[in-house]
Amino acid sequence: MSWLLALPVVIPFLTAVLAFLTRQSPLGRWISVAGSSVLLIASIALMNTVLREGVIAGQMGNWPAPFGITLVADLLSAVMVLITAIVAVAVSIYAIADVDEGMERLGYHALFNMLIAGVVGAFITGDLFNLYVWFEVMLIASFGLLVLGGRPEQIDGGVKYVALNLVSTIMFLTGIGLLYGMTGTLNMADLASAVDGADQRLLTIVAVLFMIAFGVKAAVFPLFFWLPASYHTPAFSVSAVFAGLLTKVGVYALLRMFTLVFDHDTAFTHTILLWVAGLTMVVGVLGAAAQSNMRKILSFHIVSQIGYMILGLALLTPLAIVGAVFYLVHHIVVKANLFLIAGVAQRIAGGTELSRIGGLYKSAPLLAVLFVVPAFSLAGFPPLSGFWAKFLLVKAALDVQGWIIAGIALAVGLLTIYSMTKIWAQAFWEPHPDGIEPKLSSLSYRDRAAMLIPIAGLAVLTVMIGVMPEPFVQFAEASAAQLLDPTAYITAVLGEQP
Amino acid sequence: MEFLFAITIGVLVAAAVYLMLSNHLLRFIFGLVLISNAANLTIFVSGRLTDGAPPLIPEGADAPLVDVANALPQALVLTAIVIGFGLFAFAIVLVFRAWTTLNSLTPDDMRLAEPEEAPK
Repeated sequence: MSWLLALPVVIPFLTAVLAFLTRQSPLGRWISVAGSSVLLIASIALMNTVLREGVIAGQMGNWPAPFGITLVADLLSAVMVLITAIVAVAVSIYAIADVDEGMERLGYHALFNMLIAGVVGAFITGDLFNLYVWFEVMLIASFGLLVLGGRPEQIDGGVKYVALNLVSTIMFLTGIGLLYGMTGTLNMADLASAVDGADQRLLTIVAVLFMIAFGVKAAVFPLFFWLPASYHTPAFSVSAVFAGLLTKVGVYALLRMFTLVFDHDTAFTHTILLWVAGLTMVVGVLGAAAQSNMRKILSFHIVSQIGYMILGLALLTPLAIVGAVFYLVHHIVVKANLFLIAGVAQRIAGGTELSRIGGLYKSAPLLAVLFVVPAFSLAGFPPLSGFWAKFLLVKAALDVQGWIIAGIALAVGLLTIYSMTKIWAQAFWEPHPDGIEPKLSSLSYRDRAAMLIPIAGLAVLTVMIGVMPEPFVQFAEASAAQLLDPTAYITAVLGEQP
Repeated sequence: MEFLFAITIGVLVAAAVYLMLSNHLLRFIFGLVLISNAANLTIFVSGRLTDGAPPLIPEGADAPLVDVANALPQALVLTAIVIGFGLFAFAIVLVFRAWTTLNSLTPDDMRLAEPEEAPK
């Protein structure tokens, strides 16, 4: 069993090593594609096992829990690993066209796979300190990817990204130290019961420390400033994988810790989360409305969308958690895809600054269709995946008489449409200011295939979730049930409890 | 003993926050180094402090016979120090690059990625 849990971490690691060794040759990109594909197979196998057998856990090095490092996969972990693998495949194919040889020589593919290893590790670990280690793996790889190429904007964005993320890391570490001092364990399943014996007021303080640490990673208000400062600077495949995955690791960690461990004083902690959720949604979407660069608009929308997921966690009703899980999965697909599309727009129309591009609808209708799907899914148009995600969350808010927060969620959806139509009108409808007609055929066959296949694949996935949401909602329900009643999780890790 | 450590950690954090809030990147990095050491000390102290009791198990026994120092926080701190070293090495090089490419170490002047827009 434990090999199945370790494989999704080991595969990208090995791929990273191989890609590093072959960084001087064009072989690296194919190794990256192959590695991600194998990861996808492994994560499907993992998902299959979790669906069949329930929560599975493996003790690394055969040290029994709670002493050794445990890897655990419940439905949420399994689906996060699966979606990470899907994004990894999409982006590694896209990178064939997007990443130039200079960046490859600097080790782009090695760093990319290391990042994936860190993300998967964070999703699958059952140990708090191990989670910290995976965060660091992810962080150092993302530092490298962000400044790879070394253009001045990248350095500028990189400084802010590095600085704020390091502060968050230290908060996390301090929280771990205090929690260990209070409970004597770092195994998450063990912590769930061990915190009952601790001083509850002190525990709330530690909970807030974790909230801040994960909040910086998840880019919630008022801790998100590193995100719009840096996400529009690196290569498009880099910003797509960042946009899709990195902040969601923070959301996942919040979702895990604040359902499993810190559920003792929800009146305090989850009320803070509710305020944070509302403010994150509003500030993110207003920030986006003020921008005029496609990637900056999309970056601010990451922030605003994170608010929806936090809203699900803050309400903490079964339906709200269902909504949060559904939103998490839908958002990763849609957001990564939008950044990939921005990359194509940059290549054929010569930029992402909305005032300097245009005419894409007339001369590249295929790209226009592919843009419409994730853009309107993001805004929550039926029958796309975003509609169901928002529907579940707004319904959950109305169920607990949260009129104001439900109203905010709906209004933010409306403003999201405003931003998306702004991109649509200026980049797609209006003629190009230089009078040129940006055509997809200006790309070579290879680049066209490498860029459009992943975009089309992710768009199909979005439509699929939207048209037949039933199995996905059922899955989210099962996974929310596991989160709200972690007995299965704890039993899988520690064995039968007396 | 714990009290002494608590005071030390407090002083370190206070100095670190002061440095990090000053408008200069190099000071920020120094603050970061201080605060990360404060975090490491926190972990160390949270494992309880003992005097002169190395966590060694005599040959033949399965568990230590007397109360010994907690080895786990030491392992955690060691990991955190190693990771921290790597991160700071990167951060310092990045700050150096920022100085050579942007000719400034004042965050307020670093507006290349987010230029202040002229009023329209």
